[in-house]
Amino acid sequence: MKTSSRLLKSSNLLLWILPLVFLGIFFFFPLAKITQLSFARAEGGFLAGLWNALNTPTVRKVVGFTFKQAFLSTILTLAVGLPGAYLFGKFQFRGKKILRALTGVPFVMPTLVVAAGFYALLGPNGWVNEILMRIFQLETPPIQFVNSFAAILTAHVFYNTTIILRIVGDYWSRLDPRMEQAARVLGANRWKTLREITLPLLLPAIAASSLLVFIFDFTSFGVVLVLGGPLFSTLEVEIYYQTISLFNLPLAATLSLLQIGFTLILTIAYTSLIGRINQPVELSSREKSQQPLISTRSKILAGLMIVFLLVFLISPLASLGLKSFSGSGLGSPPTLSFYRALGENPRESLFYVPPTTALGVSLGYGLITVVLALALGLPAAWALAKKNLTLMDKILDPVLMLPLGTSAVTLGLGFLVALDTPPLDLRTSPLLVPIAHTLVAFPFVVRSLTPALASIQPKLRQAAAVLGASPRRITREIDLPLIGRAMLVAATFAFTISIGEFGASSLITRPEYPTVPIVIYRLLSRPGALNYGQAMALSTILMITTLVGMLIMEFFRVGDVGEF
Amino acid sequence: MKRIGILLAGLVFLMAACRATPEGPKVLTVMTHDSFAVSESVVAFFETENNVDVQFLEVGDTGTAVNKAALSKGNPLADVFYGVDNTFLSRALEEDIFEAYRSPVLEEIDPVFILDHSYRALPVDFGDVCLNYQISYFVENDLPAPDSLEDLIHPDYKDLLTVQNPATSSPGLAFLMTTVGYYGEDGYLGYWEELVANGVNIVNDWETAYYSAFSQAGGTDPIVVSYGSSPPFEVLFAEEPLDDAPTAAVTSPGTCFRQIEFVGILNGTSNRELAEKWVDYMLSPAFQEDIPLNMYVFPVNDNAVLEETFQKYLEVPEITADISPDMIAGNREKWINDWTETVLR
Repeated sequence: MKTSSRLLKSSNLLLWILPLVFLGIFFFFPLAKITQLSFARAEGGFLAGLWNALNTPTVRKVVGFTFKQAFLSTILTLAVGLPGAYLFGKFQFRGKKILRALTGVPFVMPTLVVAAGFYALLGPNGWVNEILMRIFQLETPPIQFVNSFAAILTAHVFYNTTIILRIVGDYWSRLDPRMEQAARVLGANRWKTLREITLPLLLPAIAASSLLVFIFDFTSFGVVLVLGGPLFSTLEVEIYYQTISLFNLPLAATLSLLQIGFTLILTIAYTSLIGRINQPVELSSREKSQQPLISTRSKILAGLMIVFLLVFLISPLASLGLKSFSGSGLGSPPTLSFYRALGENPRESLFYVPPTTALGVSLGYGLITVVLALALGLPAAWALAKKNLTLMDKILDPVLMLPLGTSAVTLGLGFLVALDTPPLDLRTSPLLVPIAHTLVAFPFVVRSLTPALASIQPKLRQAAAVLGASPRRITREIDLPLIGRAMLVAATFAFTISIGEFGASSLITRPEYPTVPIVIYRLLSRPGALNYGQAMALSTILMITTLVGMLIMEFFRVGDVGEF
Repeated sequence: MKRIGILLAGLVFLMAACRATPEGPKVLTVMTHDSFAVSESVVAFFETENNVDVQFLEVGDTGTAVNKAALSKGNPLADVFYGVDNTFLSRALEEDIFEAYRSPVLEEIDPVFILDHSYRALPVDFGDVCLNYQISYFVENDLPAPDSLEDLIHPDYKDLLTVQNPATSSPGLAFLMTTVGYYGEDGYLGYWEELVANGVNIVNDWETAYYSAFSQAGGTDPIVVSYGSSPPFEVLFAEEPLDDAPTAAVTSPGTCFRQIEFVGILNGTSNRELAEKWVDYMLSPAFQEDIPLNMYVFPVNDNAVLEETFQKYLEVPEITADISPDMIAGNREKWINDWTETVLR
């Protein structure tokens, strides 16, 4: 007995080796190096810097606002995402796969493009204002959306709803409906069942996805900058400003560490919460847990939810699609000229790439990211899903989330100063891009897999062991099939994170091999209607490619599981 | 274990293969910002002439690129760095990222562009940040087109202007410095108070200002801070061929800020000789004439000839805001902070 428990511990250590080596080289080492270099430029070091920073009213205001917007954004995202997750988790209906794929598209769209979509809809000259002004005979646009707090919140919900939909929706679909049925039979009404049975069972998934959403909002950069306008600033925006505009590296490093510190505290709070609520639940097949929409009431409610998701998540994107086909001036006939122009290189620019090449580069990085993130995330999630976590597990768990809470600017400069000597002179290597993407995708993979792995009933594994299966065989024949669906969710996240990522991709680019978002930004940064139209056209191509990619993943089921 | 050994051996072999190119052409690496672009033939000419393979590295926007050069000093990412402008020049010189090189081609360049007399940073191109306006709006509304900074605070021009935040946008910073140059350090904040009273719209980035707020692209404001070169590009990159530019730039004395971009040889390069040749090449007419259509800025070499569209639609201001790189470096933070206090609070 003693040897076996030691074996278990050492196997846990084995599980951690790969993720830790990766994080050590590509996260902690660069972070330590840039921090050290930054503080070497100032007197006093971190504590003095922190004290001064916290005593500056601007910094205090920025910290306060960063928390406030992240908190409200997360609540709103849950408010939209949970009913959606219920719909996706519990019901079968026609067009479900397409709808779910569509809801994932916003996640990959570059901020400037999404902002252009919101402007087209809700800007002072946007369609909504135009219509309202015409109907009510108004002189000025009634909706002041751009450069407002509401714009930041809306855009965050727009981007992150898919996180809740996927993680909670997937988990919900595996809950055994018999518990709820039993409660109903015993006389609990709908709300009581929801409150006392369903929500507690869902809590691990809700907590995991909320944490991810919160940290995404907490470190928000593009949305705050472009849609929030000059009146709002988050820590991430302030770090960028201090680093790039003022080259005040000591203050930037202080703020970076502050942001990482907050992330750590949040994640520790999450870990201690989850330690109490993670418990094996009876998994069931989707056939049992999902039902068709039968009653009129459920049909109407589901219909409303679907319409809402479509309008909210798709209309800003659809407006871009329309722009990519519309010529100058209202009422001019639709045109393909922007798409044609994408394939041309009239100035014979050295860095011109056809859209197919950019798509190829994006997809290539996406695939590498999926492989890397799964290879690292699976062992880590495995270690964390064990019933009795060792001290090491408890310490390492929050650490995994840190890359998400780290400023892209800081980490980018960290790569530059740390990975600069052979054999690790990766500063100019194209590999740096998928590596940076993996750092962001890795926590998503772990968070998507852990609840599924933790929910595996020990009974099954014990039964297999008693029947003589080796540990490896148990892994292969029990665990892996059971988490197939969660693996798919994880892979989808890794893929979409990579496709849509801009900050890290623009750290170091070989201009001959840009990703799609980089080409879009290139086009958008130039004057001329043709350049703008091409940016819209390429954005539309990105949307459609993402949609197709998601649909393929929807249909491609690795031994979908639970159906046993 | 054996498998890992084979894997390692393979990796080592791969790494060796990547580095061992003794017989092929030498490689010259040029580090630059993400707006850099050049014609294929122009680079190919240099490559054949010198039996060299030129590789480009884009490392972010101008400020990011300068920071990266500063942080990799001594073990540089590249041999040459092109793209530091006069708003970041002092930082580049202070951090000592460049080796001095007095190129013979400097003879052909107007001395007003040579801001660094230690010849570490050599001028390549310039662009002016100027107010742009949509011509048709002012014709239709029977209003004279804006011609000065004073016009912008006149009640007739209420709610017509969009500018960028100087903390987040380089044209925004340029316009702030234009007002400092025009009204002086004592007067510019007063001017901004009047701009606010006259309904100036402030956004964080050029893209939003030009493509979402500017009426030319469907927004509501017919005046925007952009570049002197934007009007000709509206013609060159129109969706359908145009006879006239739909927009124009205000170029009255003191209303524009001139951004000059520089190239330099990075401290610690092992390719000094080739780097000098590349710098010479960038300053020579062959390269300089290629600049406008790729990068939307203009050559500093007097012998470079501009294409017809530019001769027709480009207005180059005679007198631009007079602010030296040292003044910018010394006051950037203060000006931005004071501006933020006055305009955004």
